[in-house]
Amino acid sequence: MSGVLLWLLVGVPGVVGALLCMAGRRADRSAAAVSIGTAGLGVLLAVLVAVGRPSVMVPFMAGAPFSLSVDGLSAVVVPTVAVVTLLVLIFAAAEGTGPPARFHGLMLIFAGAVAVTATATSLPALLFAWEIMGAASYALIGFEWRKAAKVSGGLTAFLTTRVADLGLYAAAGAALAAGAGMDLAGLADVSGGWRHVIAAGILIAALGKAAQLPFSFWLSRAMEGPSPVSALLHSAAMVAMGGYLLLRAAPLLESTGWAGPLTAWIGVLTALVLGAVAVAQRDLKQLLAASTAAQLGFVVLAAGVGAIAGGTAHLVAHAATKALLFLAAGAWLTALGTKQLGALHGAARRWRVLGVAFAAGALALAGIPPLSLWLTKDSILASALDASPGLYAVGLVAAALSAAYAGKALIVLWQKNAPENNAAFDTEQQGTRHVGPWQNVPLVVLAIGSAGLGVLVIPPLITVLGNSLGGQNVHTPGAIELTVSAVIAIAVVILVSRFRLPEPAWALRWLGLEQLAARLIVAPTMFLARKLARFDDRVVDAAVTAGARKSLALAKLLARADDSLLDGAVDSSARAGLRTARISAAADRSLVDAAVESGAARVRKLGSLARLAQSGQVHHYYIQAVVILTAGAVLLIVVR
Amino acid sequence: MLSLVIFLPLAAAVVLAAAPGIAERAARWVWVGITLTDLALVVGMWVAFQPSGPGQLAFEEQLEWIPNVGSSYHIGLDGLSLPLVALTAVIFTACAIYELRQEDRPRAQAALFLFLQSTCLGLFAAQDLILFFVFFDLSIVGMYFVIAGWGHGNAARSALKFFLYTFLGSLALLLGFIGLFLAAEPHTFDMVELAAAAPLQDNPIAGNLIMAALVIGLAIKTPTFPFHTWLPPAHTDAPAAGSAVLAGVLLKMGTYGFVRITMPMMPDAWRDWAWVIIAVGIVSVLYGALVALAQTDLKRMIAYTSVNHMGYVVLAVGAAGVVSGSDAVARQVAVTGAVTQMVSHGLITAALFLLAGILRDRAGTYAMDAYGGLAKPAPKYAALFAVGAFASLGLPGFSGFIAEFQIFAGSIGPAPVVLLALPGILITAALFLRALQRLLTGETRGKSVGFADLRPTEMSSIAPLLLLAVVIGVFPRWLLDVIEPAAAVVVDLVGR
Repeated sequence: MSGVLLWLLVGVPGVVGALLCMAGRRADRSAAAVSIGTAGLGVLLAVLVAVGRPSVMVPFMAGAPFSLSVDGLSAVVVPTVAVVTLLVLIFAAAEGTGPPARFHGLMLIFAGAVAVTATATSLPALLFAWEIMGAASYALIGFEWRKAAKVSGGLTAFLTTRVADLGLYAAAGAALAAGAGMDLAGLADVSGGWRHVIAAGILIAALGKAAQLPFSFWLSRAMEGPSPVSALLHSAAMVAMGGYLLLRAAPLLESTGWAGPLTAWIGVLTALVLGAVAVAQRDLKQLLAASTAAQLGFVVLAAGVGAIAGGTAHLVAHAATKALLFLAAGAWLTALGTKQLGALHGAARRWRVLGVAFAAGALALAGIPPLSLWLTKDSILASALDASPGLYAVGLVAAALSAAYAGKALIVLWQKNAPENNAAFDTEQQGTRHVGPWQNVPLVVLAIGSAGLGVLVIPPLITVLGNSLGGQNVHTPGAIELTVSAVIAIAVVILVSRFRLPEPAWALRWLGLEQLAARLIVAPTMFLARKLARFDDRVVDAAVTAGARKSLALAKLLARADDSLLDGAVDSSARAGLRTARISAAADRSLVDAAVESGAARVRKLGSLARLAQSGQVHHYYIQAVVILTAGAVLLIVVR
Repeated sequence: MLSLVIFLPLAAAVVLAAAPGIAERAARWVWVGITLTDLALVVGMWVAFQPSGPGQLAFEEQLEWIPNVGSSYHIGLDGLSLPLVALTAVIFTACAIYELRQEDRPRAQAALFLFLQSTCLGLFAAQDLILFFVFFDLSIVGMYFVIAGWGHGNAARSALKFFLYTFLGSLALLLGFIGLFLAAEPHTFDMVELAAAAPLQDNPIAGNLIMAALVIGLAIKTPTFPFHTWLPPAHTDAPAAGSAVLAGVLLKMGTYGFVRITMPMMPDAWRDWAWVIIAVGIVSVLYGALVALAQTDLKRMIAYTSVNHMGYVVLAVGAAGVVSGSDAVARQVAVTGAVTQMVSHGLITAALFLLAGILRDRAGTYAMDAYGGLAKPAPKYAALFAVGAFASLGLPGFSGFIAEFQIFAGSIGPAPVVLLALPGILITAALFLRALQRLLTGETRGKSVGFADLRPTEMSSIAPLLLLAVVIGVFPRWLLDVIEPAAAVVVDLVGR
């Protein structure tokens, strides 16, 4: 029974979404209701499978079944994603993102894919959903397809993450080559060199999806999409799945020796560097995007040091927090027509519920006690301290940076002196000057989650969570660490309110990573492509044409030889024959009989010559066939 | 039953050609009717398909034909040929529906396509090399007339190039067939007997020479780098339905030849050649993708992606020849993936070529830069094109993923060098999304203005192809259950 529920959980959103997309504008009127109903059913199903913990499997490809299962980790993540999906869809319906049928259809397809990703226990099932998430992200970033920049943003996001996805193809090949099967749980036990290939492949794929260094730049371009898309895909669900995959693969990473520390360092450095990038941003969504990459850096760090419980708690709390902040940014964008921080001064005061919810999220993001991310981040940092003091130190600086960027946004939005109508409004779209109550409801729910989900890492819940995740490396942050991080966070927020933050150009441009990729990868590839296309026309094809032309020339030569030599010989012999005939005619009639006789003998000889060709040997016939076919081909060319 | 499936279109073609009294309009419906009937028969065969054991043929028929050279009319289906026979029936049906509004000599066109359908079905069912060769050459002749007669642009030249190039390939093939015939004891052209006997096992010199002839012949048809240059002009100048058949069905004859002829009949030589084949496959994958990326003409671009997609098939069958130190399961997965890719590429590329044909039909050009923002005037067209593009770039949920995932998963173990071909997946994604962006998105401009959306006949010919690609992509078992046992047999035979 519970297996059926799991199939419904992954199947219903996908099917309903596909139907909505296919119905197109005809379904626009009912799309939002259908979509919210489906997402509501999704929450119910997610809770039921989280309790029932079913496993299902169907044969898919040889040696690679399509298997899904709900374990301790997915029992936490699947309901979280389902709830965030529902709230985001309610917000989008209230805001009127659309055309609704296509929008909600794509969002539901995504929801189905993310449910498969979160529950997949075999590589094909994982990769299947993984890339559908990417495609949904492409379609949703470029949702307003009339604007070329938005479609390009989707293209950059899709291609960058697909570069990383190739890692999963390689991992699947390595798993099969090692004879280990495609079960995710069995990968840590693979022996020999293939295990390293698998670990590297999974690591690359996850880093790409989670927008970790060096892939982070695609997330900046993904901000071209509507805000609900940023809230669900580019923070709470899809990007988070990158961190989630690493948490799931933590035993494999650890077993290789090198992958665990590498993962941890990439994570903490992303938290640091993208934290600095976030601090420098002047666009609210760009700030939130960079902060998403940075916060997922902590999750990746958790996976690298095996702090599964802390990483999961951070993932969940961050999902609530960041969905909230993106939706709030979207609400202001719709109402005021801008997401530039410079234009949003005091915007939080204008709509109080929205402003307070945003403040709760921003304070949580800053790591202010007693809100969620303060606790979850410190739980991860406690494990990092065990692994290496260096990781802990860098992590602490990254935490200070998160206080800085969250404080920056918070202070700008709550500043006094908000003019009623600002000239800086409506620069990106025409604002409605309206925030509806149904936009507020999801924000309030998310704010409660964002504030309170830190309980996951306080005893006794951390022990429960840790046990259900397999009991690895469960750390409760110590009192000293918690105090240190709280003091840092509060101090940084106060400093930010007093001093202007630096906005260095390198950080504002996201380290120039996209330009770097364009210069080092895209441009050379296009150059090579053009060169090869020219090579194909001018060398490969030209060689064929030249070959054909040479054959034609040869044929003409032969034809001329045929005319002048063979035909000439025939002609002259015919002439000779005539002459002979005349001579014979002139000669004695009694010789006629002899001439007939000799003629008959000649015919006989010709006959036996002709029989030579009829040898009964297939290869003789073939040679004749080739000669005739060639002659035919030549004829075709000549008479054409 | 199988003979009926093969020759029903031919019989209809003869009737259509010989009876000038048939109205041109009626001819088009006769064409659709016959292809649908044939398709229904093939579906029936699929349901009834029950080979008596591994390596056994279903629907086998054998009649004496040219006994003194050991050649007979021998046909039958196994898990390698049945999917391709079904693919042939599907694509020809789609083409018949697509051409329902075609005005240029519909009776002759219907007759020609029906003739072509018989030759393609016959080729995939053939179990005798002479029979195979006859169908192979007749299909070339048929396609020549399709391009020359209904093509556009420089059709005569392209058709001739196609004809001469692939005909040259068929001569190489014939040479190889005769070599196999002479090597077999007793001499025979029967494919089942040749596969059982593997006649050149202890004659590496002759084996390699014959393999060279066969590989060149099949590589030209597939086509692989560097024998592919007949393909772009043939596609560019062919009519839409002709392109769909050429890419969807005719190209498969080359790769089908690898799994049907070279691998089972010459296992030793195939293992010797495995690395050459893999290298050709990898180069075709990357080269095809890169050259496609640089194209500005949509049809040429799709043509080059065929080189890329068939390259996956080639590298997979090559990897299946790396027997030592690799897992038989992996090699089976690779061969299964290769056959799946033939079906998948057939469906998706046929759909894309039909869609490309509509561009020329409406606005007279395939140049992508002439369009922009097509999604506004033609939302249905845009939707199908987007689906086709994602299907072709190997997105999960479509058949291409099932094929490419298996190809890579199965080939990386036997031949880790295959990892080099992985960027092919990426470049294909880039080129299709770029094309999609240029054609469909942005402000509606140029030739897109006033572009008429898909007509019902176009919709009902293209959508089923893509739907089938989705069905295979989500529920692949019904197809893989047919292919897998046959792929296992091929892998066993290569491992002898």
